[in-house]
Amino acid sequence: MDSMTLVAMTSIVIAGLTTAIGCMMPALSEGKSVASALTALAQQPDASATITRTLFVGLAMIESTAIYCFVVSMILLFANPFWNHAIASVAGK
Amino acid sequence: MHLSPDQVIFWQHGLFKLNATIVFTWGLMLVLSAGSMLITRNLSQGLERSRWQNLVEIVVTGINTQIAEVGLKDPKPYLPFLGTLFIFVAAAAVATILPGYEPPTASLSTTVALALSVFVAVPLFGIEADGLRGYLGSYIRPTPLMLPFNIISELSRTLALAVRLFGNMMSGAMIIGILLTITPFVFPIVMTALGLLTGMVQAYIFSILAAVYIAAATRARRPKPPAVAA
Repeated sequence: MDSMTLVAMTSIVIAGLTTAIGCMMPALSEGKSVASALTALAQQPDASATITRTLFVGLAMIESTAIYCFVVSMILLFANPFWNHAIASVAGK
Repeated sequence: MHLSPDQVIFWQHGLFKLNATIVFTWGLMLVLSAGSMLITRNLSQGLERSRWQNLVEIVVTGINTQIAEVGLKDPKPYLPFLGTLFIFVAAAAVATILPGYEPPTASLSTTVALALSVFVAVPLFGIEADGLRGYLGSYIRPTPLMLPFNIISELSRTLALAVRLFGNMMSGAMIIGILLTITPFVFPIVMTALGLLTGMVQAYIFSILAAVYIAAATRARRPKPPAVAA
């Protein structure tokens, strides 16, 4: 297996893993936060504005971790820095 | 497939490139500023107002109440900055319904620029409210041990602001691009609608987070209000 195949294989596998784990964990935590926000809304409908705003900000914070994973996997797939290095080293042989 | 509108180049002369990000940013800026100039040219104070004036009033009062609810009791000095952030990001997202348009916020350069302006604005507003000593003092509270962590949090939240907006807008365009190759008929439309919603939420989040950071910087020195249910 030459270095190009290795780099390609590793990048694809890791990109898939990154997206998989990076979707699972934020999804769980977002579900948890929405559930508790709904409980709070049901108990105190008067505070709905505050609860909703805090919920949105919190969701954005949680979701940004998923977005980081997505960006990393996109970089691995489409703008891989090691890929150019591998191509250069193969071409240099 | 391209990752960002930076890679769509309309015109190039030597080092000077005119890419889609620049073109659409300036287009949006033109539309927004010309539109608000036209609307605010003859404002009426009576009961009779134009539809456009109503629209702008709804937007401005909405942003005003949102800023006030975050904790900046007097939103007036912060309204131009935060309102511009919100309206620009929202317009960049909503304009995706136009064919051939690519949101400039899907380029990391635009979002980094927006995040950097927040990064600069937070200390400025903080110094304006508390004075230089008061603002710098907020870095060593509760103890001077917290100084490196406060600095790191300042930097990392700027990075987070930029990457969050970039990732959300880029993923919207990306998912539509991928879906067009798999199920080119109805499904991309549904995802476009979802992308509009995501764009609005991100515009809201971006400006609210900027407001929260400014609020944290400006009331750092003041005596804490009695603990009410926040």
